[in-house]
Amino acid sequence: MNKDERQIVVPGETIVSGNEFLPGEGVYRDGNEVVSERLGISNVSDKHVRVIPISGAYYPRRGNTIIGTIVDITFNGWLIDFGGAQNAFLPVAEVPRYINRNELREYLDFGESVVVKVWDVKSRGVDASMKMRGFGKIEGGMIMNVSPNKVPRIIGKEGSMVKMIKGATGCNITVGQNGKVWISGDSIDKEIATRQIVEFIVENSTIHGLTEKVETYIKGLGLKMGSVEIVEEDTDVESAPEGVPSEEGKDKNEGDKK
Amino acid sequence: MAGKGVYTKRNDGRKFDEVREMSAKVGIVDSADGSASFNTGHTKAIAVVRGPRTLHPQHMQNPRKGILRVNYGMMPFSVTDRIRPGPNRRSEEISKVTEWALNSVVDLSEFPNTVVDVFIQIPQADAGTRVAGINAAAIALAHAGIPMKEMVSAIGVGKIDKTLVVDLDKYEDSDFHDAEGSTDIPVAITSRTKNISLLQLDGKISVSEFKDCVKNAKVACEEILKVQMEALKNVNGESN
Repeated sequence: MNKDERQIVVPGETIVSGNEFLPGEGVYRDGNEVVSERLGISNVSDKHVRVIPISGAYYPRRGNTIIGTIVDITFNGWLIDFGGAQNAFLPVAEVPRYINRNELREYLDFGESVVVKVWDVKSRGVDASMKMRGFGKIEGGMIMNVSPNKVPRIIGKEGSMVKMIKGATGCNITVGQNGKVWISGDSIDKEIATRQIVEFIVENSTIHGLTEKVETYIKGLGLKMGSVEIVEEDTDVESAPEGVPSEEGKDKNEGDKK
Repeated sequence: MAGKGVYTKRNDGRKFDEVREMSAKVGIVDSADGSASFNTGHTKAIAVVRGPRTLHPQHMQNPRKGILRVNYGMMPFSVTDRIRPGPNRRSEEISKVTEWALNSVVDLSEFPNTVVDVFIQIPQADAGTRVAGINAAAIALAHAGIPMKEMVSAIGVGKIDKTLVVDLDKYEDSDFHDAEGSTDIPVAITSRTKNISLLQLDGKISVSEFKDCVKNAKVACEEILKVQMEALKNVNGESN
């Protein structure tokens, strides 16, 4: 087997054998062999073996940007439902302004949506933070749901796809790694066009030359590429955090975790 | 394996150790986290996986690890007589043994207080529905990205009169009453360690014949595993 080759592995399938390999995410060691623990694409870089999931539910990782809804308010923070196994907790201290503990609802009320960063992932739950640029409460626009496994396609290489859509429609797009996409623009027509483009990407995510296909699609909608200057809106959320899940970025996050 | 008894030729012309034609498909329900269908002959099974998600009621939660919850059911039109929908003695039993068969391979220690729901439905039944259900459920669990040490494949083996057979159909399983009658043994075998995770027996059989049956099952499960892996590898990159 060519070790550099990426291929789809199923649970219980041997990826490599040899004691020198280190089992990473999604794999385990069985004697001399490194075995896949889930369905995904095997990746052997150096001696580090891991499996990148290609299907299934969203599993939060540290550093991810997620979009969720407030489902509960405790005495010192908010619980956010983001579609994962457990809810994320956003403490008051992780909000970038002073909030009176008795008036948490004034700032974020039940049912309101937020863009937050995954600060820590434990088996008991997820801690979230809002303390950086690009995170905060969602006001206006629309949120659409896509499969979490399509998110890298929507973002594109180093955010290229997101930039392209923004340039064509003038709408701000925030892509949560949990598969929620927030679109906000100055008119509903533009927002709908943006949503159509995102839907097009999701439907055609497996074809080759996706970028060109999307360009054609955008032109088909009567929009011009890069015609709109992106104006930074003067709200809590100033610009969409971009291009998080590039391969390198992911590796780094994992390194931090260990 | 040719029999000395009255059952010298199979009803549908198969060899005694031949498995019915199989097919499997992944991703049949878009809204689910994982889904699959598995067909053997006229038996069809579909499985849908949802989760891990928070388990309610809270008192059922396990703070050490997530739990697996299997629900098996036959659709009202799956057999010639109508089946009354809803849980019954038989479906409760099958749900439970399927849960045990799958529990030995899934690893939910990363998801305490959560549940992974597996729903198995049988749209068309021609014996061997529980093993078809397990085969479909194993594919669906893998598709849902649930951590699994290995896969599970299951097959019904047995004895018709004095002849050992593999993959019994409805006629062999419940309509054959001549001479010694029929015995069926559903077996589930894990893909890597080759452990048996389900073993039931309905009928009479000698110890040596029983051992031969289990050997036959192990051979047949290899074939089933190929079908399961083939389906999973053709999941088309990112379809969900």
